[in-house]
Amino acid sequence: MQIYVCVKHVPDSSAVITVLGDNQIDENVIFLLNPYDEHAVTEAVKIKNSLPDSEVIAVCLGKDDAEKTLRSALAMGADRGILVVSDAPHESIEIARVLKTVMAQDGIPGLIITGKESIDAKGMQTMFRIGALFDFPVATNVIRLDIEGDIAIVDSELSGGAVDTYEMSLPCVIGAGRGLNTPKYPTFPDVVKSKKKVVKKIALAELDIGTSKADMWIVGLEPLVLVRKPKEITGDTDEVAREVIRILREEAKVI
Amino acid sequence: MKNIGIIIELDEGKIKEINFGMITLARAPDSDLFAFVLDADVTAVREDLESYGITKIVDVALASDQRNNPAVRAKAIANGIKEYGIGAVFGLSTATGKDLLPRIAAQLEAPLVMDCFTVDLENNLAWTSRYSGKTSASIKVTGDIVVFGVRPNAVEPVKGQVSSRILKFDGSRIVSRGFKFVKRAAGDTSVKISLAEADVIISGGRGMKNGDNFSILSKCAEKLNGAVGASRAAVDSGWVPYSMQVGLTGEKVSPRVYIGCGISGSIQHFAGMKTSGLIIAINTDKHASLMADCDYSVLADVLELIPEITRHLENG
Ligand SMILES: Cc1cc2nc3c(=O)[nH]c(=O)nc-3n(C[C@H](O)[C@H](O)[C@H](O)COP(=O)(O)OP(=O)(O)OC[C@H]3O[C@@H](n4cnc5c(N)ncnc54)[C@H](O)[C@@H]3O)c2cc1C
Repeated sequence: MQIYVCVKHVPDSSAVITVLGDNQIDENVIFLLNPYDEHAVTEAVKIKNSLPDSEVIAVCLGKDDAEKTLRSALAMGADRGILVVSDAPHESIEIARVLKTVMAQDGIPGLIITGKESIDAKGMQTMFRIGALFDFPVATNVIRLDIEGDIAIVDSELSGGAVDTYEMSLPCVIGAGRGLNTPKYPTFPDVVKSKKKVVKKIALAELDIGTSKADMWIVGLEPLVLVRKPKEITGDTDEVAREVIRILREEAKVI
Repeated sequence: MKNIGIIIELDEGKIKEINFGMITLARAPDSDLFAFVLDADVTAVREDLESYGITKIVDVALASDQRNNPAVRAKAIANGIKEYGIGAVFGLSTATGKDLLPRIAAQLEAPLVMDCFTVDLENNLAWTSRYSGKTSASIKVTGDIVVFGVRPNAVEPVKGQVSSRILKFDGSRIVSRGFKFVKRAAGDTSVKISLAEADVIISGGRGMKNGDNFSILSKCAEKLNGAVGASRAAVDSGWVPYSMQVGLTGEKVSPRVYIGCGISGSIQHFAGMKTSGLIIAINTDKHASLMADCDYSVLADVLELIPEITRHLENG
């Protein structure tokens, strides 16, 4: 089975983000594999190891240096990578069309895994769009995935810790949640071995992704700073407790 | 005349308070507001919906064995959107919405902005946070149908009385090919109010020292009709379940009051709660980041202070 994992090259969550111009950021910061995609890659490799004759292919749309993120996925056990190179920013309608086209061109997906969201854009929708384009069933925030023959049995986490169980026919699309597994980080030999693995680069212009009537793009970007000037609450425990309750009652009006 | 769709979230047949802010946001002059109510007794929610400006209530019936199937629910709504010529759709960015709205948008190939703080419907612009909560982005959407996932509590509800008509929509023959709902396991039933909805959240971090001490927070939260959250450090220590995590890789919340107890205030924690109304930090270290980026800081041992607050609340 060909297992495709869609990965994204994102700024490190602790990076300082500087807005440039109207709608861009200074990309001179550390970028890495989106944290939820680590779960996706780990799961794909786990399934591959239990199914003979399967292959894990990591695919990514990004700038040339997104190869680093694909290399991370390869070091975690993916067999090869495909990078669709584009310097432009893309939103999920387009991203899904690109990833769908490149996967369909490369092989026959038996299973497609993404992270449940990316930490930079947190659009939470690419997996559903890929599913709709292929007409494959989709589940997201998946915390358990078992493959039995041509059926995937998944647990998807809802709010308050409730869990739904679904059965999906293969091929299907999975959005990996944090509870799915503990990411298997590469050892030094894994990294060395992965250097020999192939990353194929395709220019976006070479793909025919069709057209959509719908579109979305960022028009403005501003630092989100909510300046707060802390007031200290002092006194003994009894006084502080009274003051906190006064604030809740009189200022916030929540009691 | 514009037709606007609003997906109503219910809790055991009752309308959740968080819908009202969303309806307020969706209201526009010269428009018809269609509220989609799935698999419920619409007469029980009609009065509330009318008081916030809903003019059409779409009463969607589903087959009884499909009512929990998210793929069927999404398809029913998507069909209704097409049937009634709706151009803009609003839903909540709750756990349910995070599954439902992308399904609908994908099916219609409509643009979707999740977790919006606000929307300018006239210009098809939505505002959400990008880059781990460090920036606010305005996003332009174009298409015949556009979809917005609204962050709960982001908009103050304002009433606007109208009268409504009920439209019956039969979704009972809708099925989902290749996707079967098997079962639902209830989560922690002691949780009365979800993080996304709560007006008050009391969150505990590594400073809580162990899992048992979280009961101190839940006792206080109960008195405040609030919810209990946690930092990733508390979740990763196995003290509380992941569903309680607030932050970049957890729940993003905007309560009116956020009380951080023994939480240092990492960049990733802020990513989930920085848009809260009022932030109170309780910490034994006055140099903790949260103590410098809050509205009220309290230099105290949380394990002593919170029980004292609970005691005062109990005694009125
Ligand atoms: C990719 C990525 C994603 C992440 N996502 C998240 C996320 O979603 N949410 C999240 O929270 N973190 C997240 N983190 C982790 C984050 O970086 C921090 O490690 C974490 O938030 C720290 O939790 P904490 O504040 O509870 O612990 P600490 O930083 O250890 O702080 C504990 C605080 O408790 C105080 N304290 C100790 N005892 C007491 C007492 N008795 N009374 C009062 N105060 C006391 C201490 O002074 C200290 O300030 C993420 C990290 C990464 C790399």
